[in-house]
Amino acid sequence: MVKKILAELQALADQKPVSIMEVCGTHTVAVYRSGIAGLLPKNLHLISGPGCPVCVTSESDLYRFFVLSRKKGVIITTFGDLLRVPAGGQVTPSPSPLPQGERVKVRGIKKEIPIQSSLEKERAKGADVRIVYSPMDALAIAEENPGKDVVFLGIGFETTAPAIAGAVLEAKRSGLTNFFLLSALKTIPAAMEALLNFPKVRIDGYLCPGHVSVIIGSRPYRFISEDYHRPAVITGFQPEDILEGLLLILKQIKSGKPKVEIQYRAAVHPKGNEVAQNLIRRVFTAGPASWRGLGVIPKTGLKLKAEFQRFDGQKQFKLPEGEIIKPNPACRCGEVITGAITPENCRQFRRKCTPEKPLGPCMVSVEGTCAAHYKYNA
Amino acid sequence: MADKITLGHGSGGKLSAELIREFLKPLGNPILNRLEDSAVLSLCGKMAFTTDSFVVHPLFFPGGDIGSLSVSGTINDLVSVGAVPLYLSLALIIEEDFSRADLKKIIASAARTAAQAGVKVVTGDTKVVDRGRAHGLFITTSGCGLIPDDIALGRSKIKVGDVALVNGPVGDHAAAVMLARNEFSFSGKIRSDAAPLNDLVNRFLSQLKTVRFIRDITRGGLATILSEVSDEMNWGIELNETAIPLRREVIGIAEILGLDPLYFACEGKVVVFVAKEEARKALRLMQEHPLGKGAAIIGKVVAEPAGLTILRTRISGTRLLEPFSGDQLPRIC
Repeated sequence: MVKKILAELQALADQKPVSIMEVCGTHTVAVYRSGIAGLLPKNLHLISGPGCPVCVTSESDLYRFFVLSRKKGVIITTFGDLLRVPAGGQVTPSPSPLPQGERVKVRGIKKEIPIQSSLEKERAKGADVRIVYSPMDALAIAEENPGKDVVFLGIGFETTAPAIAGAVLEAKRSGLTNFFLLSALKTIPAAMEALLNFPKVRIDGYLCPGHVSVIIGSRPYRFISEDYHRPAVITGFQPEDILEGLLLILKQIKSGKPKVEIQYRAAVHPKGNEVAQNLIRRVFTAGPASWRGLGVIPKTGLKLKAEFQRFDGQKQFKLPEGEIIKPNPACRCGEVITGAITPENCRQFRRKCTPEKPLGPCMVSVEGTCAAHYKYNA
Repeated sequence: MADKITLGHGSGGKLSAELIREFLKPLGNPILNRLEDSAVLSLCGKMAFTTDSFVVHPLFFPGGDIGSLSVSGTINDLVSVGAVPLYLSLALIIEEDFSRADLKKIIASAARTAAQAGVKVVTGDTKVVDRGRAHGLFITTSGCGLIPDDIALGRSKIKVGDVALVNGPVGDHAAAVMLARNEFSFSGKIRSDAAPLNDLVNRFLSQLKTVRFIRDITRGGLATILSEVSDEMNWGIELNETAIPLRREVIGIAEILGLDPLYFACEGKVVVFVAKEEARKALRLMQEHPLGKGAAIIGKVVAEPAGLTILRTRISGTRLLEPFSGDQLPRIC
């Protein structure tokens, strides 16, 4: 079947370069693990977009995690991926203007200090940081440690958000008073639109994320074909799925009739998973979110609704707010995430920036583009 | 007799002697029973010597425990250089309040594994440390064996055209230990593959003429081991993804956690390089042995790319296998 699809792809290929972006960390890894890139026609370029939730967590958010981990009596619970992510740069006391011109108040920072840390480093210095595989594990830890405050670091997209919403609802139901959430949760479709408006990026079609789409269905992607006239195909994770997704995109480009298609028919329903969507809507409200490399994108952040404010770790621990870290100028993760450059274009790649000593999340996270290039490219 | 190990048991006095006497029963042999400061051995020839420490957690897991693991692990190190394993040492660092019954089980397990392999534990040591300093039990072993004159294995013996085999599915040990840690809410039927391989290896070393090199697949898994083997050589290794034996359960665990089973440690698997002409015979010899049932030819030695190990994927793409860095962390979405 693979040979058949590859042959069809070759038949459709011509001199005109075609750039297709995938925005799912699992797609990035699947592409590299199977060695697909080397089998594609020469004019077809696969770009890895901001599909890795760890990678797009802003340095300021990471800084808040470090600050919190240093507080006595706090147990940080997190997905393992976040443990080694470094954040570095200058913490600035003056409010830095956000791209949209909003000003955010910054509390608690007296002077400019350089920071370079990770949750792993904080743990080595004595912070109680625990890896969990599900937010329900964090609830259990809260129940087992009534004298401590347990904070769950909410990183992820729509795939993870329902489970986190479920945990908050369960915490409310059982009357837990020592469980908190620090949400850096984000939603994908608006970010995909922001990318289409980015000057340096050329996207001729989107391979849409498989797992996110299981939750949100296909409707949220309609703007891609209706407003921007590009193909969007929701694709699964086997190499055959990815190849078929690419083929469907090329066919749409050739026919001149872009639309949103579901290749991942086994798992994705056009309406998505309404129970999961309801969970998200019940607990969260949309707000702006800071995406590393893209800046602040309105309506892409998931924040706790007023009803659940007592679970908000930001409020409870009076953490410094806003964009308080000037990003490390040497790190070009942002450009990698948006597909503007490949890891190989970055001067730090393989030199100052390696999986053992990562400068940014793209190299740390298993799904980060730079880590994938480092491991899988000969 | 108390049911927990106390600091007194490590002090060298009566309690220590009592503990040691208890160990002698399952491990006992004429050399160990002399209880001298050193075992006096008479060895003639090329000696292989190895050492290892075992800090596995949890101590008991499906398919073995730290006792059986420490013995088979050391034996396999000796076996990989072509030695016939003969003698082991066994040093224990025991945490205060460790269960005596558990200690007895572990020693018995070590003794069984040694006896099964025809190897003697001839010297040992026990220390007891304060609570909190040893995570239950740490074991350090060393082992020696003799390499027959006609055996000379080495990376430098490997040639382009040679074939790589493995004696069964990889990754069982790491998967079993991960499940046994009970960090996950799912369970599985995977057992560690920890086992001494001296009999299996002796079988094909004695019946094949062109065995070039053997490597024990432990920490880092198949991918790490092979990328180390090919490192800086003037040939490379090309693996065939569909030929690598992997149990469905191991693949399943790896998928759920977002990990790569090619980097899962084994404790009863070796990769063997032989000349192409003897590949089929080597495979048959392995498969006829109880510890080689799932053996397979997994790849070949190629001229390009030199110094690297690559994987020809299921869809005929290529992927570079590099040594693993750090601990595998599972993905989150």
